Amino acid sequence: MIRFTNVNMTYADGNEALRNINLHIAQGAMVYITGRSGAGKSTLLRLIALIDRHTRGQIIINGQNLDRVRNRRIPLFRRHIGFMFQDHRLLNDRTVFDNVGLPLVIAGYRHQEIRKRVQAALDKVSLLPKINSYPMSLSGGEQQRVGVARAVVHRPAILLADEPTGNLDPALSWDTMKLFEQFNQVGVTVLIASHDLDMIKRLQKRIITLKQGRILTHAGTPMEENASSNEAG
Amino acid sequence: MPALQWKKTRAAMKPVNKKKNTRPNKTFKSEFKRRFDMWFLQHMQAFIYSLGQYAKYPVSNLLTTAVIGISLALPASFYLLLDNVRLVSSNWDGSLQITLFLQTDIDEEKALVFTDKLKENKTIKETVLIKRADALAEYQKLSGFAEALDALDENPLPNVILVKPAIEGMNEAETESLIKELEAMPEVDSAQYDSQWIKRLLYLLDIINRVIIILSTLLAIGVLLIVGNTIRLSIYNRRAEIEITKLFGGTDSFIQRPFLYSGLWYGAFGGIIAWVLITVSMQLLSEPVKQLANLYASNFQLIGLGFRNSLLLVAIGIALGLVGSWISVKRHLKAIDPV
Repeated sequence: MIRFTNVNMTYADGNEALRNINLHIAQGAMVYITGRSGAGKSTLLRLIALIDRHTRGQIIINGQNLDRVRNRRIPLFRRHIGFMFQDHRLLNDRTVFDNVGLPLVIAGYRHQEIRKRVQAALDKVSLLPKINSYPMSLSGGEQQRVGVARAVVHRPAILLADEPTGNLDPALSWDTMKLFEQFNQVGVTVLIASHDLDMIKRLQKRIITLKQGRILTHAGTPMEENASSNEAG
Repeated sequence: MPALQWKKTRAAMKPVNKKKNTRPNKTFKSEFKRRFDMWFLQHMQAFIYSLGQYAKYPVSNLLTTAVIGISLALPASFYLLLDNVRLVSSNWDGSLQITLFLQTDIDEEKALVFTDKLKENKTIKETVLIKRADALAEYQKLSGFAEALDALDENPLPNVILVKPAIEGMNEAETESLIKELEAMPEVDSAQYDSQWIKRLLYLLDIINRVIIILSTLLAIGVLLIVGNTIRLSIYNRRAEIEITKLFGGTDSFIQRPFLYSGLWYGAFGGIIAWVLITVSMQLLSEPVKQLANLYASNFQLIGLGFRNSLLLVAIGIALGLVGSWISVKRHLKAIDPV
């Protein structure tokens, strides 16, 4: 699903964010990326979503070489990806319904279809009663769950989450991670960047640790690794 | 073949938990229809959404629109003024004309003979005799001095011959020599070359026309800048929304569409405001102009914009709004983070 081969990323200002990354994440896998801030976690996610382009090496997402995706095609490419952010980035002047429905509006779905899917997504994060509320009237945890609903409403193949629990207390963080697990169980490949190592370890998933732009360790239960590669084959 | 490969990838990347394809695309025709429907739907969304955005901040948007309206109304009303002046002056026409006042002792018969004699002159194209009796009748009718004229024993007016020179664009010297020649004739009391001031007026109108063109251009640029700046601000205000939209795969045309439609609304409403301003001004002016025209014994009436020019005014507003927002969108959307 996701394969990095000798990938380097140097920003225009000379900052070497990633150095010689080799990585394979199978379809349907759930992977945590950890490391201190500045280690390159966000950059890794940005490269996958084509927000930035890598400077050397090769990235293949679902058989698609990212070098070959022309700029004009990036929007279509991104419609198969769902995003989650630390600061949830909801639009405060729109209702929960409009926020969650945005990816579907972009993809040109009809209104009835959008309503159906938004309701389903909000139901999954147990926020259906808040469908007509505005984000400001929700608690931090609820806002984050709206963000989750928005990230999955268009049924993406890959879910990218950048510090999704950064602003949440441990209990809410745990719930959010469990939510991600649920989506992973229905086949979505999930990549989560997080520095909350204690919690990640308890979740028993594959962990990729970055340090100064390099992969430091590649930890995960062997069973999981095998399962992942079997699925890929 | 990146395009082909891309298609494969898209198929491969179809959401895995999708139970059934909710958007069937069996044949080319139905695929085309689906795309057209989607295109139409998204245009309608942007069309209505941008109108909603307009209604959301009515005061600031109305102020912007009013500025656009005034900027459009100024050159449009100048053009209208020029049109009216042209209409008035077209009655006098630009063609040169010499008026010969004959001696009072020349009676109508002699005058008629003299008129025919003048025609033999090669430099004269046309002569028209206005008999003194006719002139008096007309003057009595138009001048309002009817009673005073009645009091006179005899007709004080001479016979008059209007002479049109053969050459349209005679230069000053030629005209002068013709006038001298005519004045020297014994039957002629005096010759008047009265198209001089019309000529000056026409030149003046030409200058005014150019001034209006320059002014219109400047004001059009002004409208572009106003719309462009307004759109720039609204792009800035909706930065978060644009970023999210880009991240979730909104194409450039999807993102810029509502802004372009906003430009269209600014232009259209600006055009309508300009139309209202001009129409109200014309209404205010029409009565005094009518009274003035009556004094000159003319039934001249101000011409308004008319249907076609009204449409043109709104169309120009829309065009300027679209161009202004397009320039702004092209410049400022590129600067927002995810490419």
